[in-house]
Amino acid sequence: MDALLLALSLVFQPYVLGVMLLAAIFGLFIGSIPGLTATMATALLIPFTFYMDPVPAIACIVTTVAMAIFAGDIPGALLRIPGTPASAAYCDEAYALTRKGKAELALGTSLVCAAIGGVMGSIMLSLTAPVLAEFAIKFSSYEYFWLACLGLSCAVIISSGSTLKSLVSLLLGLFISTIGIDITAGHPRFTFGSVEMMAGISFIPAMIGMFAISEVIRFVVSTSPVETVVQQPIKRVFAGIGSVLSKYKLNVVRGGFIGAVVGILPGAGADIAAWISFAVSKRFSKNKEKFGTGHVEGLVDAGTANNAGLSGAWVPALVFGIPGDSITAIAIGVLYMKGMNPGPTVFLNQPELIHSVFVVFFLANLALIPLGFLAIRFSRQILRIPRNVLIPIILMFCIVGSFAINNTVFGVTVMLVLGVLAYFMEENGFPVAPTILGMVLGTMLEDNFMSSMIKADGDWMGFFSRPIAATLGVVVIVLWTIPILRFLYSVVRRHS
Amino acid sequence: MRFNDAIAGCVLVVFAIAEIAYTQTFPSLHGQRYGPDLFPRLIGVALIASGLLLIIRGIASKRRASVEPHAVELHAIDGNSADTHSSGDHWLEAGPWLKQSHLKLNLLLVLLALIGYILFSNFLGFIISSMLILTVLLYRFGSSILLSVLIATATTAVLHFTFAKLLLVPLPAGLLQGLVY
Repeated sequence: MDALLLALSLVFQPYVLGVMLLAAIFGLFIGSIPGLTATMATALLIPFTFYMDPVPAIACIVTTVAMAIFAGDIPGALLRIPGTPASAAYCDEAYALTRKGKAELALGTSLVCAAIGGVMGSIMLSLTAPVLAEFAIKFSSYEYFWLACLGLSCAVIISSGSTLKSLVSLLLGLFISTIGIDITAGHPRFTFGSVEMMAGISFIPAMIGMFAISEVIRFVVSTSPVETVVQQPIKRVFAGIGSVLSKYKLNVVRGGFIGAVVGILPGAGADIAAWISFAVSKRFSKNKEKFGTGHVEGLVDAGTANNAGLSGAWVPALVFGIPGDSITAIAIGVLYMKGMNPGPTVFLNQPELIHSVFVVFFLANLALIPLGFLAIRFSRQILRIPRNVLIPIILMFCIVGSFAINNTVFGVTVMLVLGVLAYFMEENGFPVAPTILGMVLGTMLEDNFMSSMIKADGDWMGFFSRPIAATLGVVVIVLWTIPILRFLYSVVRRHS
Repeated sequence: MRFNDAIAGCVLVVFAIAEIAYTQTFPSLHGQRYGPDLFPRLIGVALIASGLLLIIRGIASKRRASVEPHAVELHAIDGNSADTHSSGDHWLEAGPWLKQSHLKLNLLLVLLALIGYILFSNFLGFIISSMLILTVLLYRFGSSILLSVLIATATTAVLHFTFAKLLLVPLPAGLLQGLVY
């Protein structure tokens, strides 16, 4: 209880609240501009959070992301272009509603469901994380090794697109994580004599490159014409929301639950949560035929799920240091830089920090209602801002941001190389999220493998010597064999 | 720009072989079976395996495409979203930017801006580099010359104030040393 009070006093300070307000405006702005994603917003913010205390830094990231994921629905409904990938699942549905003259209903539903989903996810986070942490305190390097394996496997299996390409993407991330001084022998790997590379590829410039520079490149080589906004009055946003919610209250609960659970799985974030719950909504709906014609039901499910997924992703991030999606991967990077290594010990030693994260989540999602309302009212003005003016400004921001982490232009080089790599990867159907996860988890995987091997004196059975480790190990091995068996089965079937 | 999967696979295999060869230079630790070369080698082997699979898949989709031109599209609709991204009928499918010279110039300018910053920012200083990059890109993307200069000045001022003054990042002074610092 003391920790909670302390957390409240840490959060309810003019400075933190001010940071949250600015972050909210920034998030709503970036989210509602098509092509600028929530992950990009986070990546652009890091240089600022770098200079803050842990609580305002987390508050800044959480608020920005919650706002940006909702704001992604605005251009989805008005232009049929999802503002962030998390809105893509139900973008057509929302636009169909707008075409029927119900833009207010579409946006209102998105807003209220986003806030409810966010709060549900926050409840899930604050209930499960401490319980898991108590359990995780007993973990040794064996368990962490398996957990890292599990996280990496999930990233490959759940990611959108081809499993093989996700695997390649993950391997590239793992390779990047091996660059620099190695932990067992102190030998510089793949540094080619560069002193700056000895410390490894810094995380933050890499993220800015992969999520912002790749987007800048995509913009400058695209030929798509500028879209025009639907002319429709958008004033009475909350009209009729009550009846929608009472009619589809089960959908809200289901969407929130699916979102939070998918969010907890490493590698699957808000966008996959939205796709899954939209599909579930359609499968179990009484009016399947109405989907695609401007039916609000799927919007309720998926709009709740993506915001719930955001909070869910923080569960493995806080408890094990394993990111649930690319945004929490960035957040973990920020926490590491502040010397606050996520893991069960933080729950023991600094419970007020963990509780502040929970408080911030509730606060950000509640603030979504008034601020999101304003964003909807000003949506036409925001969407009119020309992107050709924004892109050069964003590019300059990226340059300064990647420079500011280590105060050398080496950061800018890392950003450029990985930005170009990410652009080519996405063009060819290789998802970028597994690379990020590989970069974060690669070091953890290797550290824990090496220390386990030293402890067990090179005996592989050490990884199965403890009950939890053995269970996790079996789960991982089963996960790995399923795709191989399926592949073999398809080969056999083709030949017979 | 899209490549056939086989080309991506070849690049990966070559890269992985070079990577494994490089790990030969890593020292091994006495009395320990696993040294700094273990993980890079495992990653290299896995990359070679998946590269080979990509090559097989790329060649297969190319053969399918040359036998019956619509097979690739049908396959994509079949629910196998994995293949919608791989261009089966060509080894290399140039993006619109390779065919349209104004897009090529856009890309070139952005890359030049970044490389230029890496090479010359220390000499020119932040303010001059930022002004140059912003003005050129804004003008190139369609703003008028006056507006470009105005926006560039405002953005540079805001960036310089927040990063150099508030966050105390040592942005390079360069040519303006002594004038503004």
